[in-house]
Amino acid sequence: MAAIGIPRDEQAFLDYVQGGGQVEATDWLPDDYRAKLVKFIEMHGNSELMGVLPEREWILRAPTLQRKLALTAKVQDEVGHAQLIYRVVEDLGKPREQCLADLISGRSKFHNVFHYPTKTWGDVGVIAWLVDAAAIISQKALLKCSYAPYARIMKKICWEESFHILHGRDVILALVTGTPAQFELVQEALDRWWGPLMQFHGNPIPRDEDPMWLWRIKSQGNEEARQQFLDGYVPQIRELGLEIPDPKLRKRDDGTWEYSEPDWDELRHVVTGHGPKTEERLAFRRRFLEQEQWVRDAVLAA
Amino acid sequence: MSEHVWEVFRQERRGQPFEHAGSVVAPDADFAEAWAREQYGRRGESVALWLVPRDAIRDVEDWADEFDLKYRRVDGYSIKARLKEARELAAESAARSRGAFSAGESQ
Repeated sequence: MAAIGIPRDEQAFLDYVQGGGQVEATDWLPDDYRAKLVKFIEMHGNSELMGVLPEREWILRAPTLQRKLALTAKVQDEVGHAQLIYRVVEDLGKPREQCLADLISGRSKFHNVFHYPTKTWGDVGVIAWLVDAAAIISQKALLKCSYAPYARIMKKICWEESFHILHGRDVILALVTGTPAQFELVQEALDRWWGPLMQFHGNPIPRDEDPMWLWRIKSQGNEEARQQFLDGYVPQIRELGLEIPDPKLRKRDDGTWEYSEPDWDELRHVVTGHGPKTEERLAFRRRFLEQEQWVRDAVLAA
Repeated sequence: MSEHVWEVFRQERRGQPFEHAGSVVAPDADFAEAWAREQYGRRGESVALWLVPRDAIRDVEDWADEFDLKYRRVDGYSIKARLKEARELAAESAARSRGAFSAGESQ
């Protein structure tokens, strides 16, 4: 008998991953599992790649040299994450060129928060602090993903994200301890970003109906992730004297958070390619993919 | 030139084991090193890397155990039921011999 046998039929495989089992790139994987992995991980890779564009716009406008360097490092990290993640997708059978082609043609998706404009330096702080905080909650849950190669690269990603959050929090702290106008910059940015942040973890479908949970690609449900975000960050936002733009937001006696229903229509609309900045950012990616073709050609001709 | 997959193993501190970190795709060893340095060593998170062409890895996964070699491991022994039986037997036999003795005394 094999000491560690990965089941080779779909039901036994499902039982195996639901019991906490993990699999490797070389193991037999059910077709449906492979397809779900590709879809989920590819969207993650797309989000890392597209997620740098709103921040990139601020590298030249960063207020100090230190901030400029930190922001550049963050952008470099996020592109690095996209590289690692696309590699995992490639191993699952979808070539990187195909991922990029599907991204720029709008066939595949990326996270809602990267479809919005960054109006001020306050937005940059809110993104680095709160968008990254929301993202790290999802990513920490992926450390337990049933697909082990993905779980392993998540270790490095989480490690780097923790510096991004701190960098964002530092940007915010500098602004809220500055002039009243600077404080207002943060409040306005928070007002703009709160809606998309509350939509970020997705609609509260019961986790048992979520195929990503079923295959243990995700190890927590959408609502669990959102509650964890609120629990961790509402107190941190409020202690700075900032106001969260949701009059219904309160902690119930049982410890869970009550909040106004996020705008799920907006979420659907935005992630299907109709966000305020979707077209502009995809056009940017298209242009650079073309422009840099010679680099890929040169490497392969070496 | 065609590209190949290189598995990347990284060592976090001297003396520690090399752990599998991920992989890179590159046309040759020099490019593989460049990508791996960038992706797994840029922030000083590794003191050394091993790059291994995936084709060079021999994968060993099926562990034949026809002879049931569990006797060489702790988990090969399940003594709970047997121990219980032995203790009961010992208790019974002690009771029997006590019984026989006291019966003899009363005569």
